[in-house]
Amino acid sequence: MCGATEGGLSLAGVDVAKEAVIQGQVTRDGEPLAGAYVRLLDRTGEFTAEVPTSATGHFRFFAGDGQWTLRTLAPKAEPVDKVVHAATGSVAEVVIQVG
Amino acid sequence: MSRENSLVSAQWVEEHLDDPKVVLIEVDEDTSSYDRSHIRGAIKLDWTTDLQDQVRRDFVSKAQFEALLSDRGVANDDTVVLYGGNNNWFAAYAYWYFKLYGHQDVKLLDGGRKKWELDARELTDEPVKREATSYTATEQDLSIRAFRDETVAAIGTQNLVDVRSPDEYAGRLLAPAHLPQEQAQRAGHIPTAANVPWSKAANDDGTFKSDDDLRKIYEEAGVDFGKDTIAYCRIGERSSHTWFVLKELLGQENVKNYDGSWTEYGSLVGVPVALGDEAGVA
Repeated sequence: MCGATEGGLSLAGVDVAKEAVIQGQVTRDGEPLAGAYVRLLDRTGEFTAEVPTSATGHFRFFAGDGQWTLRTLAPKAEPVDKVVHAATGSVAEVVIQVG
Repeated sequence: MSRENSLVSAQWVEEHLDDPKVVLIEVDEDTSSYDRSHIRGAIKLDWTTDLQDQVRRDFVSKAQFEALLSDRGVANDDTVVLYGGNNNWFAAYAYWYFKLYGHQDVKLLDGGRKKWELDARELTDEPVKREATSYTATEQDLSIRAFRDETVAAIGTQNLVDVRSPDEYAGRLLAPAHLPQEQAQRAGHIPTAANVPWSKAANDDGTFKSDDDLRKIYEEAGVDFGKDTIAYCRIGERSSHTWFVLKELLGQENVKNYDGSWTEYGSLVGVPVALGDEAGVA
């Protein structure tokens, strides 16, 4: 299985202590934005993963330790980049606002 | 092959929505995505159930593929246009699969579902039913499918192209980062493989870059276009995307997709594995 479920995979059954989770929500005008695309770029800017946001605007990645960039694409909006740090055993929560 | 024969734009698809000989097929891991909404008239193929043997790790047989397409209403002379999420990973996989079984006229929607959505084009949840056909497939075209032994034999002699992300190539991650990382196989890559992430071939909106840009990307990564090539990833779907670029867009001869990919290779006993960002030696 390699595909991206909307919003990212659920944490049910996942041993979070072994994962460096990056998750969060995309909003526009204060409202959750479904159907946006969040791309996870590594420290060199290279693409690593992408998920469409869920009906509630949520997304989730299982990254590695270190610095990552989240690039968010949405219809009728400029891409938004946001830097985030991930660490194994913790959950990095990110809120992203698109114009 | 060429871009004109193998790729269509969202605009082209919109203009052919009512063409009965054009069959739109959505292929996506998240099959609920199709059920919520799809391009009008599109049917769905589920890569896990429709395209995989349900016991062994292999594809469905020629007879099963014929039964599947007959049931879904795809005819041999139809133009099949594939699209999906994940920047067309699974649509490219299905494209390669249709070619494997000899379908003549198959195309990818450039940018897939994401480009369609970002363009704010229309999606619907209306059920689609096509009249059954009598589809005939060919035997698998093994000139485009690599197995593990020829992949091992290609180390140091052919182009091996690892299309996973740099962190998976180096062994720092074991799966794309939208998936949990705990996996059974060893981390790393096949020695001498060049790392050309599939994503280098695509723009942010999922459309393919120009032929000139594409050629440059692979040449700069050390791919020798005078040699045969095997592409691989984790389970063979991202490498279908790269197979599509090398074979169908750039017209390279002798390009194979190793669908066993890292989940097979990284579990083999006794084969060489390279760790880190360097290609390693044969």
